[in-house]
Amino acid sequence: MNGFLTSIGYSSWVLDAIMIIPLVGALIVMAGPSGLAKKIALWAALVEFVVSLGLWWSFDPGTPLMQFEVYHQWIPAWGIAYHLGIDGISLFMVLLTTFTMPLAVLGSWNYIKDRQAPFYALLLVLTTGMLGVFVALDMFVFYVFWEIMLIPMYFIIGVWGGTKRLYAALKFFVYTFLGSLLMLVAILVMYYVVGRETGEYSFSYGHLLENTQYVGEWAFWLFGAFFLAFAIKVPMFPFHTWLPDAHVEAPTPGSVILAGILLKMGTYGFLRFAVPFFPQVALDPTIVTVVVILAVVGIIYGALVAMVQPDFKKLVAYSSVSHLGFVVLGIWALTLQSIQGAIVIMINHGISTGALFFLAGMMYERRHTREIADFGGIARVVPAFAAILTLVALSSIGLPGTNGFIGEFLVLIGSFREYPVATAIATTGVIFAAMYLLVALQRILFGKVDKPENEKMPDLSVRELFVLGPLVACIVWIGLYPAPILRRVEVSAQALVTQIRDQVPGETQVELPGQRPLGELGVDE
Amino acid sequence: MEMVVNLATNAGLFWAMLPEIVLAVWALALMLVTGWRHHGEEDQRLAGHLALAALVSALFALWWLWVKDARPDGIAQMVTLDGFRYASSTIFLLGAIMAVMLSLGYVGRERILTPEYYLLILFATIGMMVMSAAADLIVLFIGLEIMSVCVYVLAGINRRSVFGAEAALKYFLLGAFASGFVVYGIALIYGATGTTNLTVIDVRTTSLALQSNGMLMVGIALLVIGFAFKVAAVPFHMWTPDVYDGAPTPVTAFMAAAVKAAGFAALMRIMVHALGDSIAAWQNAVWWLAVITMLGGNLMALAQRHLKRMLAYSSIGHAGYLLTAVVSGTETGAAAYLFYAFAYTLVTLGAFGVLAAVGRNGERDLRIDDMAGLAAKQPWMAFAMAVFMLSLLGFPGTAGFMAKWYVLMSAIQADQWTLSILLVLASVVSAGYYLPVIMEMYMKPPLTEEAHRQSVAVGAGRWVIGSATALLLLFGFFPGRLMDLSRASSEDLKPSAAFTLNAPTVVDDDISR
Repeated sequence: MNGFLTSIGYSSWVLDAIMIIPLVGALIVMAGPSGLAKKIALWAALVEFVVSLGLWWSFDPGTPLMQFEVYHQWIPAWGIAYHLGIDGISLFMVLLTTFTMPLAVLGSWNYIKDRQAPFYALLLVLTTGMLGVFVALDMFVFYVFWEIMLIPMYFIIGVWGGTKRLYAALKFFVYTFLGSLLMLVAILVMYYVVGRETGEYSFSYGHLLENTQYVGEWAFWLFGAFFLAFAIKVPMFPFHTWLPDAHVEAPTPGSVILAGILLKMGTYGFLRFAVPFFPQVALDPTIVTVVVILAVVGIIYGALVAMVQPDFKKLVAYSSVSHLGFVVLGIWALTLQSIQGAIVIMINHGISTGALFFLAGMMYERRHTREIADFGGIARVVPAFAAILTLVALSSIGLPGTNGFIGEFLVLIGSFREYPVATAIATTGVIFAAMYLLVALQRILFGKVDKPENEKMPDLSVRELFVLGPLVACIVWIGLYPAPILRRVEVSAQALVTQIRDQVPGETQVELPGQRPLGELGVDE
Repeated sequence: MEMVVNLATNAGLFWAMLPEIVLAVWALALMLVTGWRHHGEEDQRLAGHLALAALVSALFALWWLWVKDARPDGIAQMVTLDGFRYASSTIFLLGAIMAVMLSLGYVGRERILTPEYYLLILFATIGMMVMSAAADLIVLFIGLEIMSVCVYVLAGINRRSVFGAEAALKYFLLGAFASGFVVYGIALIYGATGTTNLTVIDVRTTSLALQSNGMLMVGIALLVIGFAFKVAAVPFHMWTPDVYDGAPTPVTAFMAAAVKAAGFAALMRIMVHALGDSIAAWQNAVWWLAVITMLGGNLMALAQRHLKRMLAYSSIGHAGYLLTAVVSGTETGAAAYLFYAFAYTLVTLGAFGVLAAVGRNGERDLRIDDMAGLAAKQPWMAFAMAVFMLSLLGFPGTAGFMAKWYVLMSAIQADQWTLSILLVLASVVSAGYYLPVIMEMYMKPPLTEEAHRQSVAVGAGRWVIGSATALLLLFGFFPGRLMDLSRASSEDLKPSAAFTLNAPTVVDDDISR
């Protein structure tokens, strides 16, 4: 495979290609006949996925450096360049995005009935926007993508959403906008401070990263701005209030993308920008205490609130707050395992929660309600649906053998060394997760069919199986054999940990004898 | 290739004032034409087309000077020739051209059948160009008055509208008051420095250590207050909503874009060129002015239910952003002003163009709710309006973002970090009233079946809306050239060190008697 990819010069054009394909697709969707919109969009998303899939083989797991780099001048006078690249941290975010998009298109097949062309065009534009955030290596480019992807999402929620969609869309927009504008000021301050000290004014990520020590006493405020922007996006407790509204009001594909990809931008931002730029601040004992407490509170709070939700979609939305809390905990523990675990949870959460939102959407399409109480005993009526829902719920709980287990396990063992008490409390979140999901599962699927409306529910269609099939396959595959993923993440994660720990005095990581990174345990493919 | 113009000779002055002279000759000719033909719609249209020709030829004259890179020989005495003048005058002319294009269909529809309408726009534009060309406070004041008097009349040009009359009277009274402040300020600055020449003021304040001179301080304060009136900065903004609301929509657009840009051009020139070295004296005052204007304008806009009034208040907010560029007191600030004014002119003319098209039954009464369902009925118009709203909001992908980015850059470069944080917070507030417009257009059904059937921009108005949208998107994604141009145009705004060190005695003899 690798030979073939090299022979077509894959690594030199892949990033340009995956940024452009969705945009071209969006143009064709808008120009083409409205009836064909969803088919064109599906093809565009599939082509996109196939093209991006080469990254899996072509990616060199042995180096922490950026790969597949693309560099075009944009505004040279300001040191702004269209500079993209991928390392082990962004690789899976990119693949997750391109993997989710065809499913999102397929999942909206019958759900979106009016104004189809603009809807699918927006989905495709959104793809480019999200990919841009994950691959940008220039702070200006990053910021532009970070904001631009708000617009398609804003329209998707606001035009095709539920009854309270306008409120939810505005809230989503304003929350994110507030955080990101403060981040913009922070980026500009870094640009000037670093430029003044080094004589080179540039928004290049690499340049700013190498010279972060010059920001000096301002580091705290700059970190604060970055942290706020990302914490809102994650969302961390207490900045999470936009999330349930946006999730519940968004149409199914919107929720899937929100949960599956958009939320990861926040945690990706921590990993890529907030922590590496300002390691002294990020690892300051006070800051660490605050962040870890917020993460743990998020884990527990999200789980407890999920437990009392009568609405299945809202339940899943709050469970996201809980899961993302684990990611933040893993990032701040800053050990190789915990970072790997955080990235794996990010992938898993995209897969499992995405699948849960698809399933919630399918329930809604059949019965036009999402209230858990309106269902009951439908396992007998829709066995395939019930089987998949059970599997996905178990993976979301983190049952060994599913993908959910690997991530949470890695984060918990990685974090335990650093923060034993917090980790111990966070572990109870897993138990709560079992409670809210199993109870919901029981009330939806098992028992007697006590509502006559439920007796005629059709089981999953072939199209729906095509949506859920790949997700289920990933759940099982990552659950049983995560080594290929861990191996690709490992070097970059290790480099990140070393780079940060080196800058903070007294924080050198002690390698315990006999301890090996988990990725090495896997057999080579 | 630099063309050096000796401003002491008549020929030199002629070349230096060429764009203004071209425009004035056209305006006088147009005056003759309207003397004979001032009856029907036909005559009105003829006047409109002549005005367009006048503005375009003035633009070419200006660009001829710009391309030739004409510079004054020595210190500019009455008028100057520099990149800042060329760039800002270009913005005024573009604003005027777009306003005239919007008016072509509008005045006929609203039965404003007075061809002098276009004449007044031409003279107002001359005034603006003189303001940005001025190298002397007296010349600057003359330009300011030429502009203001024309705009007072324009605000009330629709004789049948009570609100127009109210607007004109209010604008005139408060505007005249503001002019009084400016004149008094000029007088006190003259008293302190013994000159009205901008360069010499700079030289004298430095060489005679006048930075904390009481008379100069009071003079600066009065000047700032006068201009704060003109550019509608809080708390001197009271006239703005009523005047913008009552004036005919293309005139409102012209006032909000070009008149405001001219006010800022003059302010920039005074603050950066003449008083750049006394920055400590005025920076704090302008800082506060910027803050309360940004926050006040945006918060008041939040409460508006009518589109035209909302745009009026939002223009106050934008005055606050531009004041932020003034606070930095640097050439970067001036460059940011140029870029911002260009983007803001496009977006304002475009947005008011949409307003004129949608509000056929009286734009004053057009509520934001009435925009509901525009996307379903008039998709292109709704798209244009969405781009305008996002550009006003300062969203990436539009020129409005690059403009705001530039202003932020200038503020941060001058270590005004608190101010830049307040600026972005004000922007967040503004999302609260720009987004609902998009929301109404795209996310709500039309109020009635009949709604928006008539909402089409006619003729030239369509070109204004279309080209503004295209340019905003173009410069949103590829702003590099325009940013370079803005920067190059404001590089020589500050008097060069050579003048400051060597020139005072020579200048004394030449001018200051």
